[in-house]
Amino acid sequence: MIVEGRAVLIAGDNVDTDVMYPGAYLNIDDPEQMKPYLFEGYDSSLRDQLGGDTVVVVGENFGIGSSREHVSQAMKAWGVRCVLGKSFARIFHRNCINLGLPIAACPEAAAAAKPGSGIRIDTDTGRVEVDGERFQARPLHPFMLELVSSGGLVPWARRRAGGGV
Amino acid sequence: MVRCDVVMANDVSGPVAFRAMEKMGATKVFDPSKVVMVADHFMPAKDARSAELQKRLKEWSDAHGVTYYGQGRGGIEHTLLCEEGWVVPGSVIAGGDSHTCTYGALGAFGTGLGSTDIAACLAFGEFWQTVPGSIQVEFVGEKQPFVTGKDLILAVIGEVGVGGGTDMALEFVGEGAEALSIDERLAVANMAVEAGAESGLFPADETVAEYLQGRADQTWTAERSDADAHFARRLRIDLDSLPPLLALPHLPGNVVPVEEAAGTRIDQVYIGNCANGTMTDLRQTAEVLRGRTVHPDCRAIIVPATQRIYREAMREGLLDVFVEAGAMVSTPTCGACFGGHMGVVGPGERAITTTNRNFRGRMGSTEAQVHIANAWVAAAAAVAGEIVHPASVLEAVRP
Repeated sequence: MIVEGRAVLIAGDNVDTDVMYPGAYLNIDDPEQMKPYLFEGYDSSLRDQLGGDTVVVVGENFGIGSSREHVSQAMKAWGVRCVLGKSFARIFHRNCINLGLPIAACPEAAAAAKPGSGIRIDTDTGRVEVDGERFQARPLHPFMLELVSSGGLVPWARRRAGGGV
Repeated sequence: MVRCDVVMANDVSGPVAFRAMEKMGATKVFDPSKVVMVADHFMPAKDARSAELQKRLKEWSDAHGVTYYGQGRGGIEHTLLCEEGWVVPGSVIAGGDSHTCTYGALGAFGTGLGSTDIAACLAFGEFWQTVPGSIQVEFVGEKQPFVTGKDLILAVIGEVGVGGGTDMALEFVGEGAEALSIDERLAVANMAVEAGAESGLFPADETVAEYLQGRADQTWTAERSDADAHFARRLRIDLDSLPPLLALPHLPGNVVPVEEAAGTRIDQVYIGNCANGTMTDLRQTAEVLRGRTVHPDCRAIIVPATQRIYREAMREGLLDVFVEAGAMVSTPTCGACFGGHMGVVGPGERAITTTNRNFRGRMGSTEAQVHIANAWVAAAAAVAGEIVHPASVLEAVRP
C-alpha cells in the first residue's frame, strides 16, 4: 500500500513511551479520550501540528519502555498515517503493526525529513520518498506486512474467528 | 505463532485489550485456567476513572471465569505471578506489561506485549513472534558487599545500551548468575527490556526447583542454550571488581558507579516495584534504617511488592523499623514507579529509586530527576539526604 503525508518531527533518539503518553493518563481506555495527552511529556505543542495527513518522523530506537498501546492508539485516533523512523523499540513497533498503523524503518529517509516534508511510502517495496528524494527501507516481514495491509490484528483475528484464516 | 501457557494483563492494559477482543468478535477466552488479571497499577484506585477500570477488570474476569487478583488479594503482577506458582521454567507467558520479561528469573520466556496482542492471546492463546537472536551474559567472580542483582543488570544495560538488546533475548549464565537468589534474579531479568530485549532468562537450576516446591504443580523441564548455540554477542561481567552502580537521569543506560554521583541531594527515596520490592530488598532497607532516621529534607516511600511480602515484613518487624525511621510504608502498588499516584515527584525534585525506569517525567514532573539504584544505595540516600556509598552510612556510628 502507498501512504502519503506531511512530516511532523519528533527529535532525538531513545524517545520513550512515557514522554509520548505519561503514566498519569493511563487510566483511560478510549482512544478518542487519549488524544489530548499524546506527546504530553515531550512537547504538547506538537499536537497542534497533527493534521489528517501526518507522517510522524522519529529517530533511533523510538518507543522504548512501557508496552502502553496508548501511544499508537492516540496517534491513530489523531489520524496519523504512518510512522517513519531510524529504528524502533520492539513493543512500540508491534503495537503499530497490530493497529494497522504503517511503520517504516529507514535511517537515511528519517534523517532527510524536515518539518512539513512531503513523505511517500510504499509499504510493499519499502521505497520511501522524502520531498521527492528516494530511499530504500528494509521491507516488513511478509506476515507483518499482511497485518498492516489488512488493517491490523483485529480484522485478522475477525477473519480467523470466522474461519477465514 | 507462539502458544501461551499464561496470559496476563492489568488494570491499564486489560480494559484496552477487552475492547480489542470485542472488536475481534471473540466472546470467550481460549482457556480460562491460563488467564490471570491483576489490578496493580492504579491500586488502590486514584480516582473515579481508575476505579472504573478496576471494576471492569473484575467484572470481565468473573464473566470469563479467569483468576483475578484485586485489592488486598495480590500485589504487583510480576512478583505475584512468580510467588503464586503461575510461572515454571520453559513456559511462555504473554503479559500486557513490558516487564513480563521478569519471568526469565525462573527460566520462563515472559514477554511484554501491547493490548491488541493481548486481545489475540486471550482469544486464541497465541501471539506472532519472530525468533530473537541471543546475547549471552556471563557473570564471573563473586559479588562484593552492597552489590545486588540490580547492579548486575545495570552493568549489562550500561554495556549494551538501551537499544542493544533489540530483537534479542538475554541469557544469564556463569557462577555469578548461579549464586543469585530468586529475588536477585527477579531484579536482573526484570530490566532486560531496558536493554531493548524481548526477555532475559536464567537457565533453571536447583535454586529454581527449590523455589517452586509447594508453589507450582505444573510439570516443567529446564531449558538452556545448546552447547553449539550461536550468540549475536557474548558479554562477560566480572563481579569481583563491580561496585554498586546507579543510572543517572534520564535513561536506564546512563550507568556510573554510585560514588560518581555521591553528594547529589535527594528529595525522595522510593523502594519497591516489580523489580525490587522483595523481602531481600526490604531486609537490606531495614538494615540501613534500623536505629537511624530518614534525613529531615528527604522523604522515603517503601512499597512491599505483594500482600504476602507485606505480611512477612510485618511479622519480621521490618515495617516497624521503616515507620520508626520516618519512612512511609505503602500497600503493594505500581504507584509512583510510573508516575501514576502514591508519591509522584514534583518539578526540580530529585529522586532515587529501586524501580526500573528513569525517563524524563517517569515518576511525575518532567522537570524531576530520577536515579535508579539498589535498595542499599536508596536506603542510604534516605538517611544521608544525598547519594552516598551505603558503607559510609552503615559503618558510621549510630547517633
